[in-house]
Amino acid sequence: MEFFSPTDLLGSSPILALGLFSLIALLVNAFLKNSAGMVFYVSAVGIFVAIGCSIYTFPMNATAFSDMLLVGGYASFFSVLFLVIALFSMFIAKPYLEREQYHYGEYYVLILLATIGMVMLASSADLITAFLGIEMMSVSFYVLAGYFRGKLSSNESALKYFLLGAFATGFLLYGIALIYGTTGTTNLLRIVTMYPQPFNDPLHIIGWGLILIGFGFKVAAVPFHMWVPDVYEGAPTPVTAFMSTGGKAAAFSVFLMTFSVPMSMRDERLMTVLAVLAAASMLLGNWFGLSQTNLKRMLAYSSIAHAGYMIIGIASATPMGQQGIAFYLVSYALTNLGAFGIIAMMEKENGGNLNYEDYAGLGKRKPALAALLAMFMFSLTGIPPFAGFIGKYYLFASAVQSHMTWLAIFGVITSLFSTYYYLRIIVYMYFKEATNHEEIKLPGLTFATVILCGAGIVLFGIVPSLIFDLMKSIF
Amino acid sequence: MTFEQGVFYSLAGVTVFSAVMMLLQRNPVNSALFLILNFFCLGGLYLTLNAQFIALVHILVYAGAIMVLFLFVIMLLNLGDDKRLTEHLGMRMYLGIAFSVGLLVELLYMFGFNTPSSYTQLSPASAEMGTVEFIGKVLFTKFLFPFEITSFLLLVAIIGAVLLAKKKIVQ
Repeated sequence: MEFFSPTDLLGSSPILALGLFSLIALLVNAFLKNSAGMVFYVSAVGIFVAIGCSIYTFPMNATAFSDMLLVGGYASFFSVLFLVIALFSMFIAKPYLEREQYHYGEYYVLILLATIGMVMLASSADLITAFLGIEMMSVSFYVLAGYFRGKLSSNESALKYFLLGAFATGFLLYGIALIYGTTGTTNLLRIVTMYPQPFNDPLHIIGWGLILIGFGFKVAAVPFHMWVPDVYEGAPTPVTAFMSTGGKAAAFSVFLMTFSVPMSMRDERLMTVLAVLAAASMLLGNWFGLSQTNLKRMLAYSSIAHAGYMIIGIASATPMGQQGIAFYLVSYALTNLGAFGIIAMMEKENGGNLNYEDYAGLGKRKPALAALLAMFMFSLTGIPPFAGFIGKYYLFASAVQSHMTWLAIFGVITSLFSTYYYLRIIVYMYFKEATNHEEIKLPGLTFATVILCGAGIVLFGIVPSLIFDLMKSIF
Repeated sequence: MTFEQGVFYSLAGVTVFSAVMMLLQRNPVNSALFLILNFFCLGGLYLTLNAQFIALVHILVYAGAIMVLFLFVIMLLNLGDDKRLTEHLGMRMYLGIAFSVGLLVELLYMFGFNTPSSYTQLSPASAEMGTVEFIGKVLFTKFLFPFEITSFLLLVAIIGAVLLAKKKIVQ
């Protein structure tokens, strides 16, 4: 009997490469003393190999392991995105962890394993692989959030995330069970061929509702957002950078893929539910963002608001909305990685230097750093020529295309709120006198990563067709 | 009475007996032991239904893993004080009664008033699905990928537990 074919192995090669290198890294960590630096290099090599595999499989348009995994196109695009995010977050983490004297090899192993989960999410053609991917990513995140074991805030963050995350997983699993019960399969490709017949069954609709709750939690949409501020604030800054970009992108990739099944019907009820979810996230995220004084917390609320913008793309159920989400995820990932990279460099021991006041006068003390942070804030606000503007434009335009003009108007108005708290940091940096004259050290690796992120958002902001041309072959 | 019926009635009798005894015991450890007996008898009932895999997993997971957890909790929490426990019940007791009555009505409806034709005959195909052989075949063919990747999920959990519990704290 044949268990699998060479195509299956080739199709899952990014996952296999990551798995292999995470095991090598784990063994290096176990058998060599003081090997954290070595583990870092092994993990980085593993990520490069996986990027190579993803790019190689891009032209394939197939499934692997009896329709469990998607290969090429959509899966490859998102895999490369997650892998780049993982690599950048490792570059931010290394100097930060060395400074905090918490530099252990397990950190990188967990990053690799979380990335396996993310790649599985983007490639899942079956609800079972989607569930396993979500669990692998989330369990790694729970541990990473509590990585600073001696710090109370880190413990709190991990425990809160773990308890609420396990609860949300229950909803997701129950939803999958109901969909399996009403259709007899967990395979998305097979479920989509049955439409619209399953929609006559209330249990089927409840199943999708429960799955929506599970995904809503993972992408941090209102009203499932309660965990975000505390978890993002308490977790070590490089971990927050990884969670808020990679975790969100992975959750959106599976959200988009899974919901393209019921949304292929353009069901009015589901579109309305998603639109309300998007509107609530944009409103509450931006509203609470106004009153924050801590930068990590402010970015946590901003992350809720951005989840709202991206859900517009799913609610509109048009190819334009889907492309908008994919583009937005790229720009949001680069912007947030850059911003958190700067925060990681500015941060002092025991969570000092995280407030707006601590950034006063940065424009004179470190002009390059201040200019980069200003760029990231402009991109988050959605001001051209940065990538954030193009992403927002596509998402709002998709809402108008789908006759949900009210949602687009609502999005623009709530974006106006957000201008206040994004631009406030720029006011502090350039128009206030410095109160703190301690020297700021800029570790080369982190600074180079931040510059790369800045270059990325300018490049994609001016030439968005670089990404949109790729996406024409995906959606 | 055939042999099968004899096995069924004796298992069912012990199941009900152990369930009732679990509720009546004053000592929580004895309750837990009766629960284990109950799980074993339920496992036996699954076996008579030709669901070997569920029977084995039921005993391994419930009687093995979950009961150990129960016993640990009972021993660590030191639930000696009955009075304080009953004080907290109140509202919850009535909810519990309401749920049990609801379940009883549901069962009576299923077995008493509904036509039992669809439940009497077990189709050979569905009976075969419960065997270890069938599940093993599916796990290593159709579900090969999720099955293998689950080992990585367990690896994450192990690394996480060791990292959070064992690493030295740097002050």
